[in-house]
Amino acid sequence: MSNELTREPGASGRAIAAAKQEGRAAFIGYLPVGYPSVDLSLAAMTLLSQGHRSAGADIVEIGIPYSDPMMDGPVIQRAGTEALRAGVRTRDVFAAAEAVAAAGAVPVTMTYWNLVEQYGVDAFARDFANAGGAGLITPDLTPDEAEEWLAASEKYDLERIFLVAPSSTDERIVSTVQHCRGWVYATAVMGVTGTRSSTSAAGADLVARVRELVPDTLIGLGLGVSDGDQAATVAQYADAVIVGSALVKTLLAAADAGTPEDLTEMARVVDDLAEGVRRRP
Amino acid sequence: MTSTPGPDQTGHFGPFGGRFTPEALHAALNELDAAFTAAQADPAYAAELHDLRVNYAGRPTPLTLADRFSEHAGNATILLKREDLNHTGSHKINNVLGQALLTRRMGKTRLIAETGAGQHGVATATAAALFGMECRVYMGEVDTDRQALNVARMQLLGAEVIAVNAGSRTLKDAMNEAMRDWVATVDNTHYLIGSAAGPHPFPKLVRELQRVISTETRDQVLQRYGRLPDAVVACVGGGSNAIGMFADFIDEPSVGLYGFEAEGEGIETGRHAASVTGGAIGVLHGMRTYLLQNEDGQTQESHSISAGLDYPAVGPQHAWLHHSGRATYEPVTDREAMDAFKLLSRTEGIMPAIESAHALAGALRLGRRLADEQPDAEPLIVVNLSGRGDKDVRTAIEWFGIDGSVDGFQGAEE
Repeated sequence: MSNELTREPGASGRAIAAAKQEGRAAFIGYLPVGYPSVDLSLAAMTLLSQGHRSAGADIVEIGIPYSDPMMDGPVIQRAGTEALRAGVRTRDVFAAAEAVAAAGAVPVTMTYWNLVEQYGVDAFARDFANAGGAGLITPDLTPDEAEEWLAASEKYDLERIFLVAPSSTDERIVSTVQHCRGWVYATAVMGVTGTRSSTSAAGADLVARVRELVPDTLIGLGLGVSDGDQAATVAQYADAVIVGSALVKTLLAAADAGTPEDLTEMARVVDDLAEGVRRRP
Repeated sequence: MTSTPGPDQTGHFGPFGGRFTPEALHAALNELDAAFTAAQADPAYAAELHDLRVNYAGRPTPLTLADRFSEHAGNATILLKREDLNHTGSHKINNVLGQALLTRRMGKTRLIAETGAGQHGVATATAAALFGMECRVYMGEVDTDRQALNVARMQLLGAEVIAVNAGSRTLKDAMNEAMRDWVATVDNTHYLIGSAAGPHPFPKLVRELQRVISTETRDQVLQRYGRLPDAVVACVGGGSNAIGMFADFIDEPSVGLYGFEAEGEGIETGRHAASVTGGAIGVLHGMRTYLLQNEDGQTQESHSISAGLDYPAVGPQHAWLHHSGRATYEPVTDREAMDAFKLLSRTEGIMPAIESAHALAGALRLGRRLADEQPDAEPLIVVNLSGRGDKDVRTAIEWFGIDGSVDGFQGAEE
């Protein structure tokens, strides 16, 4: 099957390649749809896409809250749980994709597989593509179980972003990358999402392994980056820097302060990260 | 037999099972699968496991004729497979000893586990103590409250018990948390899943380690009655005791396989844990199976008086046995289970775990139904008495409204 798959990058892969042309890493920001409300999450994604004083994220990774988020740490988990309590639905991701595209960034979604399966794999791919979405990041779906998704992504011209980890064997890295379209998501540290005070050497090692095994792969590195300095470090070896918890944290703090609509701190973090990926070593 | 493949190389039972997990866990799952395959081919592993079963856990467990209880089950003769007499009080030790041996073979030194009722947690803590391994058990906060005795047992055995307060704060959330721990610690840690559920190879691995239940049952029934039983009956949450009781009978078409799920307060109330009867096909905890979910695929909270059955999914081989029609799954309410709990206690002097009481209630129903359908038949029904009821006394006190005070006073007058 992998021989018949489209490999040319779609919009998100092209955005990473364009950043590379500019001599910098791309900035991928994650936010869950529906937290603190659907409307406010769309406003936050618009800000993330546009930036505040400078540029924003190149790609926005729209998370769909899920009841059993096996890969997420406490920050994203809490936002997701509260979003579900507030009534967020899978279909809200389509409005989010439209908002991100309108604000000038490339929308992708990160979703646990059961949500896609219950919506219908083909229907989800169709509706997400129609909303301007570029591709899906699937943390609990590896190519082994992805037959239906491979077909739907081809049919609707969507990118497939699978994950590789430090524990992946060489064979699995090669096979996973061959099933990707656009770029591959490297999970830098063993473990769940969440900011860390120092980025792990495992990230650089993993990126180096992928480059050696499958040259010319575009690699986004995720999990752990919390500020512009760390983003600048990761930008030295990865093609894209993925940031989630550090952004979501600002929303939780605003909600805790009783001002969920206040995006001031998020604007500051977005600017810091956007500057970080552009910093020259 | 074509109705029961399984699983294939990649862990599929028909359309069910598989491996829906983060890439980060694939290496560890493959390592486990390889270690188990190697162990199965190694007589030393079988010998070690056999020794532990016989000299540590107390196997083989007896098959007890429940004569007075049978009077309430039509023309059926009810036999009890006494897994409650295992060391630690349930069938969970069968699986735990086998996986602890594998852990040692893989060179790992730390065990983590999820637990609902606490039986699997206690069994894992026991094996960790026996093998000198570090142990952490994740348990939903709802369950640490209703099973406080088992929390204390685990702690006395040297395990660390972590109360999980995410989501519904029950078994499914404990499983999420254990999975998160494992992703971060996979180098030195084995995640000892207690149910025949989760990503491949766990459903196969746990079935093989629980198979001893049906292997012994088959021999015991043949020896005593000169024939196979007409039906074997077990409760089903994730389904480890049931798959252990079914395993050797799956290819015996004359033996009916019955799994009884927790209906809680009733399917129609939405407060139940009957994934097969009241759920739909989806993906949870690394497997495709029947689960309780809403229209979007968000997992719905399960409800059962029995912590061990309070799980919104079911092992993938059960999903397949249901789908293929080889086994029959029916729901049993809290009330039916507690009635059976009381009946067995009063007629046989055996206090079952509330989990097992669901199987007992199912056996009563099956016996009466068979008496209606075939009045001349005298069916032999084996119930897997998967655990003992000591841990459930507090729940029973509340349910039956007894308060532990004495029934009267008697003594010499002054």
